[in-house]
Amino acid sequence: MANQEASKTARDYQELVKTKRPGKPVLKNLIYAFLVGGAISVVGQGIQCGFMQYGMSAKEATSPTTVVLIGLGALFTGFGWYDQLVTRGGMGGTLPITGFANAMVAPAMEFRSEGLILGVGAKLFTVAGPVLVYGLSAAFVVGLIRFLITGVA
Amino acid sequence: MPARKIGPGTYHTSRVGIKSTAAIVGPKEGEGPLRTYFDEIWASEAHQQKSVERAERMMLEDTMNLAVEKAGCGWAEIDMVLGGDLLDQIVSTNFAARRHQRPLLGLFSACAVFTEALGLAALLVADHHPTTVAVGAVSHHMAAERQFRFPVELGYQRTPTAAWTATAAGAAVVGPAESGDVVVDGVTFGRVVDWGSKDPNDMGSAMAPAAFDTIKQHLMATGDVISDYDAIFTGDLGVLGVDLLQALGKKEGLHFGARLNDCGKSLYYLKEQDVHNGASGPGCSAGVFAGYLHHRLLAGEWQRLLLVATGALFSPTTYQQGESIPCIAHAVSLGRPEAPRP
Repeated sequence: MANQEASKTARDYQELVKTKRPGKPVLKNLIYAFLVGGAISVVGQGIQCGFMQYGMSAKEATSPTTVVLIGLGALFTGFGWYDQLVTRGGMGGTLPITGFANAMVAPAMEFRSEGLILGVGAKLFTVAGPVLVYGLSAAFVVGLIRFLITGVA
Repeated sequence: MPARKIGPGTYHTSRVGIKSTAAIVGPKEGEGPLRTYFDEIWASEAHQQKSVERAERMMLEDTMNLAVEKAGCGWAEIDMVLGGDLLDQIVSTNFAARRHQRPLLGLFSACAVFTEALGLAALLVADHHPTTVAVGAVSHHMAAERQFRFPVELGYQRTPTAAWTATAAGAAVVGPAESGDVVVDGVTFGRVVDWGSKDPNDMGSAMAPAAFDTIKQHLMATGDVISDYDAIFTGDLGVLGVDLLQALGKKEGLHFGARLNDCGKSLYYLKEQDVHNGASGPGCSAGVFAGYLHHRLLAGEWQRLLLVATGALFSPTTYQQGESIPCIAHAVSLGRPEAPRP
């Protein structure tokens, strides 16, 4: 009986919390995400066009563009700017390849104090690890479905 | 006169005085509204240390040294040290004790540790042995981030209810009261309250029931009413937590009104410094008390203060396993030197 009363108090309280909890500023976040993500994409497009100036095809220019963007993401992380960008831009900053660079470099910097093996080596994938595991798993499943339907490996 | 037990967790103490306080904070805290009250403001979070854990330890050491110095005694005269921090195995408190070489009782109650230490010190001093006790608590934003959340440089968006762990340390030396000391006249040690909150990014709403329970216990045991206090400061409930505490009070006929405030709400300019719900961490209530609140009592602007530090007693493992967050709050009532005491 005492337990039931306690759980009722807790339930009532959680209802109260719901009414008081401030909502996320969804529209503002969406606009910032669009602007930040868009800006990164425009920069990427600019870099790709730059490589095409030197006679690469659009497809050939893709790989070096990715490399440059990853480099920039790592550099901005090192300067302590990238986290500020994502604080504003949210997914607009996380989703592009520069966000992946941030997810790799941030732990590398952070765990340097525990040494190269147990620090950087062991903790490098703490953030990107789940993305890789489930990204690769999803790619495998999608690839399998594609093979079953189209017969193309 | 020894401490007298007057409620389930409440003790009346007399002739226990605060001999000195000291507070050192980080750069962000040094840009907040309370900046003029701190003894020292660090120019950087790292403070030229090779790790943030070392920086946190150094902040505690410096703060406690300063408090001992301001009390006009040496470490040799400190009979006991009480304190805690947020890091695993309370390493900052334990490692700092290598230097001062005084008997140490390391405590853990997360962000409630400062009032736990202060209350315990008051009980010990009231019973005459030991007679001089130093208490201290510390937290470091970056050290807490990497233990509880993500690497510091990782970009992610904080929810509106998230708190910002303060880089701050506060310390006090407690001893037999002499004229002019702020006195500790009552202590209520809280019990663990868990009303089912599970979100580690919303500790304010998890801790508000614990703060309410302790305040209620304290008022019942002492016979005080809210208007007996010029201010009631909770530890780090933040904007949402204080709002919820007001609502819980109203339900049971306790109207806190403008007397209720929160250390976490006071440490930063919430909007301009982008800290959402407010500050948190053991150093938050310790630093705000040692710097600001103690000053207001000493200056005679307030007669009586109830300080209720609040702690969320979870670990990264427990919340990942889906457990709810047990919380605790400890209250210490303080009076101005000449304040009439009930």
